Amino acid sequence: MFLIHCPYCGEREQSEFKAGGEAHIVRPKQPTELSDDQWAEYLFMRKNIKGVQFERWVHTHGCRKWFNMVRDTSNDEIKAIYKMGEKPPTKYK
Amino acid sequence: MTNNLRVKSSKFIDETYKISFKFNNKTYYGYKGDTLASALLANNIHLVGRSFKYHRPRGIMTAGSEEPNAIVQLHKNTSRTEPNVRATEIEIYEGLEASSQNCWPSVNFDIGGINNFLSPVLPAGFYYKTFMWPASFWEKYEYFIRKSAGLGISPMEPDPDIYEHKYIHCDVLVIGAGISGIIAAKTSAKNGFKTLLLDEKPYLGGSTIYQNLEHFKINNQISSSWLEKEINEIKKIDNLEIKTRTSVAAFHGYNFLLARENLTDHLPLHQRDGKVRHRLLKIRAKKVISATGSLERPLVFDNNDRPGILLSSAIEKYSNLFGVACGQKNVLFTNNDSAYETAISLFQKGINIEAIIDNRENVDSKLVNEIEKNNIKIYKGYTVVNTFGYKRINKISIMQLSKDGQKVVGSKISIDCDCLGMSGGWTPAVHLFTQSGGKLKFRDDDQVFIPDTYPSDQISIGSCNGEFTLDEILSSISKKLKDFLNIKKTEYENLEIQSHFNKTKRNIWLLPSDKIIGKTKPFVDYQNDATAKDIKLALREGFRSIEHVKRYTTTGMGTDQGKLGNMHALGIISETAGSRMGELGTTTFRPPYTPLTFGTIVGRNVGEYFDVSRKTPIHDWHVKNKAKFENVGQWKRAWFYPKENESMHEAVQRESKAARDSAGILDASTLGKIDIQGTDASEFLNRVYTNAWSKLAIGKCRYGLMLNEDGMVYDDGVTTRLDENHYIMTTTTGGAATVLGKLEDYLQTEWPELDVYLTSVTDHYATISVCGPNSKKIISKVIPNLDLSDKKFPHMSFKNTKIDKVKCRVMRISFTGEQSYEINVQANYGKSVWDKCMQAGKEFNITPYGTETMHLLRAEKGFIIVGQDTDATMTPIDLQMDWIVSKKKYDFIGKRSLYRSDTIREDRKQLIGLITENPKEVLEEGAQIVLDASKSPVEMLGHVTSSYYSPNLEKSIALGVVKGGKNMIGQKLIIPMENKQINVTVTDPVFLDKENKRLNA
Repeated sequence: MFLIHCPYCGEREQSEFKAGGEAHIVRPKQPTELSDDQWAEYLFMRKNIKGVQFERWVHTHGCRKWFNMVRDTSNDEIKAIYKMGEKPPTKYK
Repeated sequence: MTNNLRVKSSKFIDETYKISFKFNNKTYYGYKGDTLASALLANNIHLVGRSFKYHRPRGIMTAGSEEPNAIVQLHKNTSRTEPNVRATEIEIYEGLEASSQNCWPSVNFDIGGINNFLSPVLPAGFYYKTFMWPASFWEKYEYFIRKSAGLGISPMEPDPDIYEHKYIHCDVLVIGAGISGIIAAKTSAKNGFKTLLLDEKPYLGGSTIYQNLEHFKINNQISSSWLEKEINEIKKIDNLEIKTRTSVAAFHGYNFLLARENLTDHLPLHQRDGKVRHRLLKIRAKKVISATGSLERPLVFDNNDRPGILLSSAIEKYSNLFGVACGQKNVLFTNNDSAYETAISLFQKGINIEAIIDNRENVDSKLVNEIEKNNIKIYKGYTVVNTFGYKRINKISIMQLSKDGQKVVGSKISIDCDCLGMSGGWTPAVHLFTQSGGKLKFRDDDQVFIPDTYPSDQISIGSCNGEFTLDEILSSISKKLKDFLNIKKTEYENLEIQSHFNKTKRNIWLLPSDKIIGKTKPFVDYQNDATAKDIKLALREGFRSIEHVKRYTTTGMGTDQGKLGNMHALGIISETAGSRMGELGTTTFRPPYTPLTFGTIVGRNVGEYFDVSRKTPIHDWHVKNKAKFENVGQWKRAWFYPKENESMHEAVQRESKAARDSAGILDASTLGKIDIQGTDASEFLNRVYTNAWSKLAIGKCRYGLMLNEDGMVYDDGVTTRLDENHYIMTTTTGGAATVLGKLEDYLQTEWPELDVYLTSVTDHYATISVCGPNSKKIISKVIPNLDLSDKKFPHMSFKNTKIDKVKCRVMRISFTGEQSYEINVQANYGKSVWDKCMQAGKEFNITPYGTETMHLLRAEKGFIIVGQDTDATMTPIDLQMDWIVSKKKYDFIGKRSLYRSDTIREDRKQLIGLITENPKEVLEEGAQIVLDASKSPVEMLGHVTSSYYSPNLEKSIALGVVKGGKNMIGQKLIIPMENKQINVTVTDPVFLDKENKRLNA
């Protein structure tokens, strides 16, 4: 169980948080313009990397705020945490 | 009393404190300080159990938590009974009752022992291979196999003990209080770190504390005396917490560890009541120092499992710590210097040693020289080839090893003995290190795995790091601690160390025999009866991965997890397969290190504390009025209110009829309520619901359906516009938290530009729903000032009003199809408003109804329940709810998915009503629906989702989902049941009052 530094509350146990899947997938502004394949790409396709991954997390049992995390899935090392709307750190891309 | 094997008093044993205990129903005596194992050995008892598969007699092998054989059942046939307790760990107390496991009728005469003679036909994989055919017979075999397998007996009564969990945060955690751990803890604490020191044993000091030889000195003091002074000092340090009888079970990532603190297992039963038995410590440590020590290896040779065969270090511990001689004619068998430490200890206490068998040919060691000086026979370059004696070893035969160690040569020599100590060198206890994600490296010199890379802020020191001798440990520990703790100096920089230990070792994983391997039984895993022969067989049959060989032979899969034999298994595999040890890897070490009780894991979360239960403000009234409850999420909801001897069916029929004939009252406080405010609240609702919200007038209510982005129905409920920028949304009882979570997700991550604030107010309000043709009359009595005329207060609208001086919101909304009013009032007034309604409704026979009646009434109207009539595969179109999907809105969550190729299929499962041919026949929810049951394979068209007997329609009604059901109205279908087929007709899902006349009746 790892420790997560919530950008609003500080360091808390993982059990207070929920993972929300891959980060930086933007909901299309005009879904009606999309083909079935394009919509399916947004809806279903997610990366599952062994290594550095960009993820969304929410402090469910705390401030209820969503934020982004850069995590190495092979050893659970958290590389960076940043607020929603902030630019992802470029050095892990 | 036959305490004839006590040799010399030991300071760890209190000979003035005699304790009686029972083993296999016979009374024995021991002293305070004894473990069950040491007390049994003092009474000359070695045979304590039978092995798992062959039922071979087995004795005590070790003196610690790695014990594979001496596992016993405590307090049989009582609520405190516990199986698989290691006799080497349990401390004796007055009244202790232990018995042997895995034998019948007794450990001395065990019927299952016949398996030993059948063993040539019981090789590895025997059960897999034999009971495969015919497959249908497995059920018959299984009963007998399950009966003959298994170790102890589980308790049958509730656990009378109390358990608890505790969180601990510390700067430095030191695991293991041997010499390395003591030095590390003292250094850490003295430098200001908040330090926690844990050890599984009841005493501190590890194996050094009973090391009394002149050969091992620190600053010119015998090592145990030196260490004793250190221990006395650390007990006085304020910021050092020491916990004994505490074993670390798991070492997770981020230095999160679980440990079990044992508080009462060493006390007589009558002293345990009301005390916490085990405490699970959840530890977060900034830094971890592992000083977990090492385990002595056995040697693998024919019949190496007889009672009376122990690890050499265990014999030393029993003699030095407990003052017990394990035998009177001792033989030691070794491949390294360790056994000579034991020999000198025994010799000094006057315990007889017949001989020492040493695999090594030439050894120049001060320890060996001392033994030779005392005229004890050493057979150098020899190996044991066999042992004799059924319930206790009585003889061994030995032969000379060839130069390469692959064969035995020369003639056999027999030696009589009653105890054989074996030492195959040492294995670092790296279990916790690898659990934490640490990677090992293999050291070829002495064939051990040692820590290589650390995944978190931690180090391993002492013998768990492969430093086996006093000088190795003490010469490096100071620098290691300085680097790790980032401190300038320690008090252990210039220790004067004397250590006469020669590190030469002759490692042979499987010792050669004069017999072919098929005729021998060299045990590798004692608890699971896996031999070197089984491992070789697995390799011959094509298994290559160490994990596969483990599972096929069950090596390392007992309650001891193969702490003794895993290294030999690896060694034999790599030798046989011709691969290098280091390349083979190891099997995975999984938590817990030693078994935990279920109580420890569960802690206080038992009985009513198993989960949180949420109760409405009216809960006590329901209890007083004999409601039966059902769990909805964490909520306790009134299910139905049986009168006198009413069955559930009778109660629900009565309640349902009363609600439609006159008046019913429901506690709806559990429905999720979300307060929505902000200038963009209307726009937000437009985006999350399928229907349009912008034009909803203030004071009006609207039913909404919420989809997932994949177009599937997610939740539903009524939302009311309280003001221009203020709404209150209701959700299903079970969906409240997830709906709020989902809304927050969109608001924060997709539409942060919207000015909307969400607050959960579920617990702030009590919600009382009064329905039925007389509901208006009742509400007018409760709130006389409110104009209830249909014109002023029509269906789907709301009013702010007061009951006496208490503000409340009244919504005229209906989930039953009857005219109904929902009063929302501050939670603490809920009960009094409920009482008022009951009082006002008395003349109308107002009838409280529970969730079951609510479900029945809404089914009569064809209203869905999300999660019962839907799963995550139903779109609103599938539910025949096209009317609620806005065609005009450009976008809402899930809209685009409603015209994907899959969601526009005509043959999707769609919601329909079902009427049975026999109106009395009520369908089973979940039953399959088919067109033709005679043709195989039968095509499944769908299933029944809701089914009731309707007292208002006087017939059975059901909702279901059927492929292409929308176009099947009038179609006859079949519900095939186990013994019959039920004929049904597809109908519209609305059974009652299609014109909605009752809403304004």
